[in-house]
Amino acid sequence: MESSPDNSRPGANDARAVDRIAEPWGTRTPYGAGEPWPVRIDTFLEGGLSEEDVDAWVQTASILHSNGDAMDIAVKDGRIVGVRGHVPSRVNHGRLDPKDLFGWQANNSRDRLKRPLVRAAGRLVETDWDTAMGLIVERSKKLLEDASPSSFGFYTTGQLFLEDYYTLGIIARAGIGTNHLDGNTRLCTATAGESLKESFGCDGQPGSYADIDHADTIVMYGHNMAETQTVSWMRLLDRRRGPNPPRLIAVDPRPTPVAEEADLHLRPKNGTNLALLNALMHEIIANDSVDHDYVEAHTVGFGELEERTRTCTPEWAAPICGVDAEEIREAARMIGEAERLLQTVLQGVYQSHQATAAACQVNNINLVRGMIGKPGAGVLQMNGQPSAQNTRETGCNGDLPGFRNWQNDAHVEDLARIWNVDPLAIPHYSEPTHAMQIFRFAEEGTINFLWIQCTNPAVSLPELRRIRSILEQERLFVVVQDIYLTETAQLADAVLPAATWGEKTGTFTNADRTVHLSEKAIEPPGEAKADLDIFLDYARRMGFRDKDGQPLVKWSDPESTFEAWKECARDRPCDYSGITYEKLREQSGIQWPCDDEHPNGTERLYENGDFWAVPEECESYGKDLLTGASWEPTEYTAANPLGKAILKAADYVPPYETTSEEYPFLLNTGRTIYQFHTRTKTARSPQLQEAAPEVWAELSSADAERLSVGEGDVVEVASPRGAIRARARISAIREGVVFVPFHYSYFDDPEEDVPEGQGHPRAANELTITQWDAVSKQPIYKTAAARITKIEDSGGQPSSAPTNTGSKPVRDVGFRTTGGPAARVTEKFEGVPEG
Amino acid sequence: MKIGLAIQQVRSAEQDLAEELERVGARHKTDQEVYHLTRTLAGISRRNARELASFQERYPVTGGAGEEQGDSGLLGKLREKGSEMVEAVSSGSEGKRKGLLDAAREKGAELVGRRPETGLLLLRDLRKLYVLASEASIDWVILGQGAQAAKDRELLQATKDCHPDTLRTLKWALTMIKHVSPQVLTS
Repeated sequence: MESSPDNSRPGANDARAVDRIAEPWGTRTPYGAGEPWPVRIDTFLEGGLSEEDVDAWVQTASILHSNGDAMDIAVKDGRIVGVRGHVPSRVNHGRLDPKDLFGWQANNSRDRLKRPLVRAAGRLVETDWDTAMGLIVERSKKLLEDASPSSFGFYTTGQLFLEDYYTLGIIARAGIGTNHLDGNTRLCTATAGESLKESFGCDGQPGSYADIDHADTIVMYGHNMAETQTVSWMRLLDRRRGPNPPRLIAVDPRPTPVAEEADLHLRPKNGTNLALLNALMHEIIANDSVDHDYVEAHTVGFGELEERTRTCTPEWAAPICGVDAEEIREAARMIGEAERLLQTVLQGVYQSHQATAAACQVNNINLVRGMIGKPGAGVLQMNGQPSAQNTRETGCNGDLPGFRNWQNDAHVEDLARIWNVDPLAIPHYSEPTHAMQIFRFAEEGTINFLWIQCTNPAVSLPELRRIRSILEQERLFVVVQDIYLTETAQLADAVLPAATWGEKTGTFTNADRTVHLSEKAIEPPGEAKADLDIFLDYARRMGFRDKDGQPLVKWSDPESTFEAWKECARDRPCDYSGITYEKLREQSGIQWPCDDEHPNGTERLYENGDFWAVPEECESYGKDLLTGASWEPTEYTAANPLGKAILKAADYVPPYETTSEEYPFLLNTGRTIYQFHTRTKTARSPQLQEAAPEVWAELSSADAERLSVGEGDVVEVASPRGAIRARARISAIREGVVFVPFHYSYFDDPEEDVPEGQGHPRAANELTITQWDAVSKQPIYKTAAARITKIEDSGGQPSSAPTNTGSKPVRDVGFRTTGGPAARVTEKFEGVPEG
Repeated sequence: MKIGLAIQQVRSAEQDLAEELERVGARHKTDQEVYHLTRTLAGISRRNARELASFQERYPVTGGAGEEQGDSGLLGKLREKGSEMVEAVSSGSEGKRKGLLDAAREKGAELVGRRPETGLLLLRDLRKLYVLASEASIDWVILGQGAQAAKDRELLQATKDCHPDTLRTLKWALTMIKHVSPQVLTS
C-alpha cells in the first residue's frame, strides 16, 4: 500500500492507505450519468490491528451527521476498535465520513458518565439509579399534583433512536399530557420539515441521494455538503470527474469546497436568501422556463407566486444581496435549461433570516419546472443530525406522531385509538411548543421541570448568557440524560448516564428516508443505561395508564417498540409496516414508505404528482410565511381541495439586526467537517480534535487589511450580546462577513477561568441573537451584527483552522492540515467500471 | 357621498393598530417573536394607511358628520396620548417623548420578563390587538363595498391589496392567543 495523495484511478480490488484528515473525501472513483456508483470500502482500525484480529463486526450507521452511511463496528475483547463501511449500502457504497472513521473513539473515553448524579447542597454527587429516578418521579408527581402538565417540558435531540423518541412521545403527550416536547432538531431541521409541509402538505423528503447519479444540474443553497454530508459529496465529486458531469451552482457567502467546485458561485449577504430566490423565480417565470402542464395539473398558487415575484428583478435583488444581476440571470438560465434539476438546502438557509419562505421558494422552483419525483429531478431539504428525521416522524419535533395534523380532530382520534387514551388526553389545542418557547416558559417560571436528553443547550442555543441563567434557576428542576458531564449537565439537578451508539439497539432514519438498524456491539460503561430503558423505567415508576387502566407504554425492548411504532405509522406517509429488524439485518437501508405494496421501500416520493396534501390527509394546513400565523382548516380546504402541491411565497423583508457603525460586520456561524455539534464526541477523538483544535474567526483579506489584522492575530469578535476571542483566519470569505464555527464549547479547557456572569470567550453562541424564523421557529444563527477588534499579535503563529476546507487560507500559512499515520484509512475498491 | 369618511376610518383604524402593535412589542421585548413581528406588522399597517392617504384627496371629508368623526378621531388620539402619559408616570418615567417612553417600557419588559404574570399581560395585549385588527378589517370591508358602489376601480384594488395584510395580523394574533392561553390559564 502506498500513501496519499494518489491521483491515479484505482482498479478493481486495489487498496490504498489514505490520510483521511488530509484527504477528507478520499480517492475518486469517477462514473457517468445513470451508471452505478462504484463501491469503495473505507476501513479504520486501532493501531496495529487488522481485519483478522476483529472478533465481530456489528451493523450500524453513522451517528455524527445526517447522511446515514451504513457501517460496521469492529469489536475486540468487548471494546470498539474500529469501523468499516457496510456493503451493501444504498447510501454510501462502502464509504465513510472522517467523523465516522475516527469519532467512535469517544465511546471509549475515560470521562464517560458511569453513575447517576443528583444535586445535594449545591453540588452534583454520585448516587444509584433508584435514588436518582426516585427523586425525578417524586418531583414529577408533586408537580402534577400542585401545578399542571403544562409545568413539564422535554427537550430532546436528533441523536437518539426512533424507539427512544416514540416512547418519549407517548410519555410526554399522553403520560404527562404536556404540549411542551421538542428536540434540538429545532435548531437543525425544523425548516426542512416545515418547508416540506408548506409545499407538499406533509413532511417527507421528496428526493433521494441517488438523484446525484442522474442529475444534469445541481444547485446547493447554503449547503456545504462537502463538510456536512461528506459521503454524498464524494458521490457528487465522482460524478463531476466522470463523463457528462452535472453542472453545479453554489449559493454561499463562504468559499466552501462546494463553492470552489461550482461552475457558478453566488455569494449573497447573510440574511438575503429570500431576495435572491424571489429574483430567481422572477427570472424563471420571465424566461418562461415553466412547465405549465405540470403547474396546471399538480399545483395551486401559481398566480400568487407570479404576482409576488413580479417586481423582484435581478436589478432589484442585486444591491440587496450584493450579487451581480448578471450572475442571478445566469443562475436562472442554468436552472431553466436543466432537464434533471436537483436542488439541495441546508443551514445557510435554515438558520438564516426568512428561512421557511426561502426553503419553500426552492421547492417552488422544482415544482414550476415540473421536476419532482423523477430520477435526478428533485429536492433534498437536508437535516443536520443522524436521527433528526425520526424526531420529526415520532412527534418529538413539534408534530404529532406519524405526521398527524394537530388541527385535524380525526388524526388526533386515530392516535388516541392507537394509544388507547381519550383524545383529550393528547394536547392538541395549539401547535406543539417549540424549543425556544419552552425555554421562554421556563424563563417566565411556568415550566418548572425540564428533562434534557443528549443535547447541550448551554452551548448550542443562541445567547448563552440567557440560557445559562434560565437553567440555573432554583424554581426549575433540570434533568439531563447524557453520556458526558456536559456544560448543560453541570447545571442539572439530576444527571442520568446514558448508553450511546454501539451500546444499545435501535433504528434511525437519514435525510433521504433510509432506515438503518444499529445493533448493540458492546456493553455501556459502568451503570450507564440505554435511553429506551430509562424512559421505560420512568413510565413504570410514574404508573402511566391507558383508558382501560392498562400500562400506557406496552412495550419493553427495542424490537417491540419498533413494532408498536409500525402500527402508529401504518398508512401514514412514513409507513414502516413492511420493515422488520430481520429485514434490516439482511438488506441494510430501506427507504420508507415501505409497506405491502412497496416491500423494498420507495426511492422517490410524489412520482406522479400525488401529494399527501388533501385536507383529510395533510400533516399541516400551512402557515402564513411572513408571520407564521396558522391557516384554519376551512381556509386550506378552500385553497387546496384536491391536495395539490402549494406554491407559497413571501415578500423579502430586511433582517432584524443589521450592521451599524458600531457593529459593521455580518456574523455568520457554522461548522467544520472535523467537528460535530458542541464536540462532545469529536473533541474526544484525537484525529478530529487535532485537525480543528480551537475556535477561529474568518475574515476577508480586504477587511483584514483595513483592520490591520494578520493571519493568526488574536481578535475579539463582539456583538451586542457578548464577545469571544479567536485567532484570525484570512480567507476568501465575502467582504464584510465574519465567520465563527459554533462547536467550541469549554468543557475541555479547565484552565479557562470565566468570571461570574460573563460569557465563555470561545463559544460563538455568546454572540448570536435570540430570534427565530416565525414559521419554522428555527433559531437564526447566521444573521447578526458584530465588530472585530485586534487584541494581540499572532507572534508568528497562524490560526489552527483547517486549511483544506471552507476555512482554507488565501495564502500559505506555514502548515497544511494532515492527520499523519494515525489518520491512515484503508480504501478498498470494488467494481470500478471500466474506462 | 361618505366614502371620504370610510377612508378616514380605515386610516385611523390602521394607525391605531400600528401604534398598539408597537406598544405591545416594546412591552414584551423579552418575547423575541412578539417583539420583532409586531414591528414588522406595524410597518405594514402604516404603509397601508399611507397608501390610502392619496385617496383621501379624491374623497375629502366634508359635512357635519365628517367633522364629528374627525373630532372623535382626534379625541381618541388625545385620549390615547393621555393614557400613555399616565402609564409612563405610573412607571416612574417622565414620559414626555415617545423614545423615552419606549425605552422605559422596554426596560420594564426586561424586569418583568421573568415573572409568570408576563404571560397574562401578553394574553391581554394580544386580545386587544385582535380586537383592533378586527375593527380595521371590517373597516376595509366597508370601504371595499363603497368602492364597488362608487365604481372606483383603483380604490377597490387598494382595498384588495391591503385588506389581506390586516387579516394576516388578525390571524397572527389569533395563532398567538391559541398558543399562549393554555399555558397562562393552567399555570
